[in-house]
Amino acid sequence: MMAFYFSRLMEIFPFFLKGLWMTVQIAFISLFTCTVLGFFLGIFRSGQNRFLKWFIGVYVSFVRGTPFVVQVFIIFFILPEWGIQLEAFPAALLAMAIMGSAFICEIVAGGISSIPKGQWEAAASSGLTMTQQLRLVILPQAMKVILPPLVGQYVLLIKDTSVVSVIGVMELTRVGWVTVVRIPEGLMVFSLVGILYFVISYPLILLSNYLERRMAV
Amino acid sequence: MLADFNFRVIFEYLPLFLTGLRATFLISIVSIALALCTGIIACACRISPARVLKYPAIAYIEIIRSTPLLVQIYFLYFGLPTLGVRIPEIQTGILALMLNSGAYIAEIIRAGINSVDEGQLEAGISSGLNYVQRMRFIILPQALGVTIPPLLGQAIVLVKDSALLSLISVAELTRSGQLMTSERFMPTEAFFTVAFFYMCIYFVLKALAEWSQKKLIFREAY
Repeated sequence: MMAFYFSRLMEIFPFFLKGLWMTVQIAFISLFTCTVLGFFLGIFRSGQNRFLKWFIGVYVSFVRGTPFVVQVFIIFFILPEWGIQLEAFPAALLAMAIMGSAFICEIVAGGISSIPKGQWEAAASSGLTMTQQLRLVILPQAMKVILPPLVGQYVLLIKDTSVVSVIGVMELTRVGWVTVVRIPEGLMVFSLVGILYFVISYPLILLSNYLERRMAV
Repeated sequence: MLADFNFRVIFEYLPLFLTGLRATFLISIVSIALALCTGIIACACRISPARVLKYPAIAYIEIIRSTPLLVQIYFLYFGLPTLGVRIPEIQTGILALMLNSGAYIAEIIRAGINSVDEGQLEAGISSGLNYVQRMRFIILPQALGVTIPPLLGQAIVLVKDSALLSLISVAELTRSGQLMTSERFMPTEAFFTVAFFYMCIYFVLKALAEWSQKKLIFREAY
């Protein structure tokens, strides 16, 4: 029976590759948007504007304090009630962007706050504008602190894309879930799914380990 | 938007949410306790010089860390019955959470042990302490202080991860929200209430983590 199911599984392997491609797409788009948004939020979080700081703080606590599945449900079920119809795929991207940017915001804000105040003062007294201070003086130094946890966060984000399967996005986990109904070999089907996730996330884990060792002062 | 937020329905469903909250509590506490044991064992194997222990531990930790929890849950949920093991969903879920968090806890403890200075170990050796005594009196007391804040962080992650058990129909907090949504179709009320309860747990654990961090800094200064 095992051999029969295995050959069936190999027959529908292209289906898994399609799922993998969907996962890669979601992961890639959301890593990009999360990084951009996260950096903006993180910079404002460590900025001067009190209201903005407080607002971002509330946003970050809400995202960090609730499970990602609940956030996905909120976005997918509640936006239609407010008259915003979203397909599963854009809803998944939105959920990922909201969740990921909050985590990256914290990493960026932590990195910026690790830079001594004297650096800001020195940059200001060299006549640099605020943007220049950030871009030329603060961020290049903060990157050393930001980069290792950022790559670690990327791994977590890639893994979190599995959760969007609950709203029916045909990504890797969903493909496994659909397949296991037809091929009742849970161990085999989800081993395959696991291997495919391993293939995309393990290189990033190695990169994050390497960065951690290199950036350790 | 939120103008017609229906509190009456929430109060009507409050018993359901509270049973869900209780289940989430129980699942989290049992899983974190089991994960701590798993993590300690896995870490002990990971740092041991014996290869038969070390390599399986590395494989376990790396496999868990590079696959999503949801896949691990489904792996056990759909996989155990094919092995002839039939256990209730809640036990499958706890098993998955235990294995998942165990790997992360093993890495946290290992980082804690590595953070103890080499000189401390040498001082222990030259004081004539044996391996167990060195661990007991020198390494662990120092490592423990470093590991407690990230362990509490892992506890926060575990409580949030337990929401995924709702997908294998374990009756916990998120599941209560899903049930209320399917019965009344009031997802706004249902999921914001669920989110509120999770936030409460999060803030308590976060305050605990920050407090322990302060204690830790005090210890270091001391």
